[in-house]
Amino acid sequence: MSVSQTQSIEEIKARNKELIAEVLQVYPEKTAKRRAKHLNVHEAGKSDCGVKSNLKSVPGVMTIRGCAYAGSKGVVWGPIKDMIHISHGPVGCGQYSWAARRNYYIGTTGIDTFVTMQFTSDFQEKDIVFGGDKKLAKIMDEIQELFPLNNGITVQSECPIGLIGDDIEAVSKSKSKEYDGKTIVPVRCEGFRGVSQSLGHHIANDAVRDWIFDKLDPNAPPRFEPTDYDVAIIGDYNIGGDAWSSRILLEEMGLRVIAQWSGDGSLAELEATPKAKLNVLHCYRSMNYISRHMEEKYGIPWCEYNFFGPSKIAESLRKIASFFDDKIKDGAERVIAKYQPLMDAVIAKFRPRLEGKTVMLFVGGLRPRHVIGAYEDLGMEVVGTGYEFGHNDDYQRTAQHYVKDGTLIYDDVTGYEFEKFVEKVQPDLVGSGIKEKYVFQKMGVPFRQMHSWDYSGPYHGYDGFAIFARDMDMAINSPVWKMAKAPWKAAPKPTLLAAE
Amino acid sequence: MTQNAEHVLDHFELFRGPEYQQMLANKKKMFENPRDPAEVERVREWAKTPEYRELNFAREALTVNPAKACQPLGAVFVAVGFEGTIPFVHGSQGCVAYYRSHFSRHFKEPTSCVSSSMTEDAAVFGGLNNMIDGLANTYAMYKPKMIAVSTTCMAEVIGDDLNAFIKTSKEKGSVPEEFDVPFAHTPAFVGSHITGYDNAMKGVLEHFWDGKARTVPALERVPNESINFLGGFDGYTVGNLREIKRIFDLMGVEYTILGDNSDVWDTPTDGEFRMYDGGTTLEAAANAVHAKATFSMQEFCTEKTLPFIANHGQETVAFNHPIGVAGTDKFLMEVARITGKEIPEELAKERGRLVDAIADSSAHIHGKKFAIYGDPDLCMGLAAFLLELGAEPTHVLATNGNKDWAAKMQQLFDSSPFGANCHAYPGKDLWHMRSLLFTEPVDFLIGNTYGKYLDRDTGTPLIRIGFPIFDRHHHHRRPVWGYQGGMNVLITILDKIFDEIDANTNVPSKTDYSFDIIR
Repeated sequence: MSVSQTQSIEEIKARNKELIAEVLQVYPEKTAKRRAKHLNVHEAGKSDCGVKSNLKSVPGVMTIRGCAYAGSKGVVWGPIKDMIHISHGPVGCGQYSWAARRNYYIGTTGIDTFVTMQFTSDFQEKDIVFGGDKKLAKIMDEIQELFPLNNGITVQSECPIGLIGDDIEAVSKSKSKEYDGKTIVPVRCEGFRGVSQSLGHHIANDAVRDWIFDKLDPNAPPRFEPTDYDVAIIGDYNIGGDAWSSRILLEEMGLRVIAQWSGDGSLAELEATPKAKLNVLHCYRSMNYISRHMEEKYGIPWCEYNFFGPSKIAESLRKIASFFDDKIKDGAERVIAKYQPLMDAVIAKFRPRLEGKTVMLFVGGLRPRHVIGAYEDLGMEVVGTGYEFGHNDDYQRTAQHYVKDGTLIYDDVTGYEFEKFVEKVQPDLVGSGIKEKYVFQKMGVPFRQMHSWDYSGPYHGYDGFAIFARDMDMAINSPVWKMAKAPWKAAPKPTLLAAE
Repeated sequence: MTQNAEHVLDHFELFRGPEYQQMLANKKKMFENPRDPAEVERVREWAKTPEYRELNFAREALTVNPAKACQPLGAVFVAVGFEGTIPFVHGSQGCVAYYRSHFSRHFKEPTSCVSSSMTEDAAVFGGLNNMIDGLANTYAMYKPKMIAVSTTCMAEVIGDDLNAFIKTSKEKGSVPEEFDVPFAHTPAFVGSHITGYDNAMKGVLEHFWDGKARTVPALERVPNESINFLGGFDGYTVGNLREIKRIFDLMGVEYTILGDNSDVWDTPTDGEFRMYDGGTTLEAAANAVHAKATFSMQEFCTEKTLPFIANHGQETVAFNHPIGVAGTDKFLMEVARITGKEIPEELAKERGRLVDAIADSSAHIHGKKFAIYGDPDLCMGLAAFLLELGAEPTHVLATNGNKDWAAKMQQLFDSSPFGANCHAYPGKDLWHMRSLLFTEPVDFLIGNTYGKYLDRDTGTPLIRIGFPIFDRHHHHRRPVWGYQGGMNVLITILDKIFDEIDANTNVPSKTDYSFDIIR
């Protein structure tokens, strides 16, 4: 299906530039001007991808983005398993995000663990008119009575909270006092704040700093004896078990993981993190803030890593080991060697079926760049990528370490642009989210959800790479794609022809 | 290492291996500050007791695991049912991402919808500019025939006036003056997704019938022989609307389905993405004013729309998501009465086949106790069907049900000897249901996908009927209305009953004497 292999880089660049010019034609002038800044063709050697990012989405264009509440409740806080997260406001936000992100955990749900539950204040008109603070206080009392083994409460603000002037901080403080210093965290993640999920991550990070770290008793005895090899996993939400298939590698190389942020995480782990010797950071976008804070306040260094695909895993294990002594460095080599036969077998099996296939991505967080290496390990090529809510530092990392010359870059892509790009570039696979999945499958293009792993996973770590390879193979090489065209219908429709 | 290339293990099996089990046990013991397992067990048992139930039912402020969503979801459901129409939700953009995901997870189909992407500045100054730019962009990019506007709670709290905003947008040239932009205010803090359906449907009809926000003269009704049909918010809309059309065609009825989203949520994979497909034409929506009568399959979804239609001089008839023999009988007889058409022999035969199937199988359902939850009308339809199967709908719960609904449920219970010990629970949630299932156990639970947590915790087998169904595929393609729909529901219920009987009789040399080949 791919047309790219037969073209030179210069031809691809020219085609991509033409394509950008073409999609911009659909917009009213003002919008075309705004969107033009978010679309580009990557030039090798440049320090970033040449696009503007983290700006307001244009109204009416069908952005794929979510909101600050999604970034806080849905991403950062929601997976903390022994705390109860109240979706504070009307019923919808909590309902649509209920158990939708597959943040795996171990625990007795409803008794000492609460991740896959939907706690909401279900605002009614009277709460909007008279304010919801009294209701919130009562909710906390009812939580204490009915869920006595909860280890803490967070208040995840929905849009109305900030608009009607509720004082959730005052309620949280007074209830915390009433319940002997119980951890109660008000989070100002109203959906209208910022331009995407991203500000919600930041607000959620700051809430950990202000309402957990700053309330720690420095004289409290540690829950465990620290060691020189204590690390915390930051920015892994354990989707389909990702954090578990990562943790096992860190432990095998001799490190001790004292906390997971936040997949399968607990309040005790958040509290213990300032004791870590190193924070290892997977999703830079959503948790760089707290990592920087811990560096400044507690002197804990942090190190970004990438556990997608054997090349990046090996590179990352060595990078993490470089912060430690030879015992850990040897451990990293031992782990890499241990999994080499598995990786060889996975690549031997799947690479011949995937070699030369092209991929277009549009995802959030770290994935628009982090998964590129895993595709390359399978002989595949990423020909287009973009971030739902990335910032310039994401595009810098992408340009400097991941994408190839001529890659099509699209920030906060609109439904229209993405559809046109895929139609013309004709990749062998699109990796994006649930809202995009069926659009491209209808077009006959194989697709994998790269937020939820299409309900598979884990994809992190060596164990995860085997699953990643299997899943990409089953998407691309499924017999179904040969059946999309009725045999009695003549030549493919014009929409599937190459741009030229 | 348990992973291997030949037989790749994913999350189902990978973490059950000894390395991971050991790792997870260490994590818990060393770092999670876990509760004493005995204490966890004690609380787990306590949460099953009547004492806990009493505390649980005394809740006044907290909602846990509700079975309802918010208004704009219903507005989006309505909008995509009109030809070439894109839903435009005015307010925060994250909401729209949620509605689109929610529908796509249920229908396994794309759902196109745009937002006016209001942010902090719009919270201060109002969202007029977002509306002006948004309508212009949507119109230019997606070339719709109509843009149906609704609101998120943000826009409602700050008090944006849709009528004025749309008028101003037209003056500014966002869309042509004559372009159809119906609207409905759909505050998330009032009612639920079924209220949103009602408001949005009324908004569309009001637009076409009452002079397009006073820009053209209101339509003068010239009664004809046609009837209008409203399905209400319905997870089975694809299968149901097609079945209804088949039935109307068989009867030779002239009809208009208002909000026909059965094609847009069931498009083929043939190389082309259809953002719009099928749907009620705008002309038909306008001409619907002339119809003789309007049928609503869901009374509680159309509490404002039906009186609005009645005020235009039509007869209106409301049902409660009729499922089964008597419900379908009543529906068909009302259609026959109003249209003067006869019920054809073919439908009588289908009826006979459903009665035949019930006769064949009722011994397995008779006397079984069920808990049901879902939207108010669906609960009534299912409860009525269970009663005619000789089963007992013991607990019937609708988070978005009100007192009127509960009273109507009680009438239904009172109409059958099998309803004697049945109760309706309006405004309650699935954590209440959990207490009901522990303290007054039933044989089966009927509900949406979230019922699987109740199944896991209480051991009550879940029969998936409702919305959303995320974890089973394609159920929405099968109707639950009409005699054939009743057949589908019957088979779905029976399959679970037989699976349970088999699962409870399959221990070799212990229980497998009852592991019968013929049932």
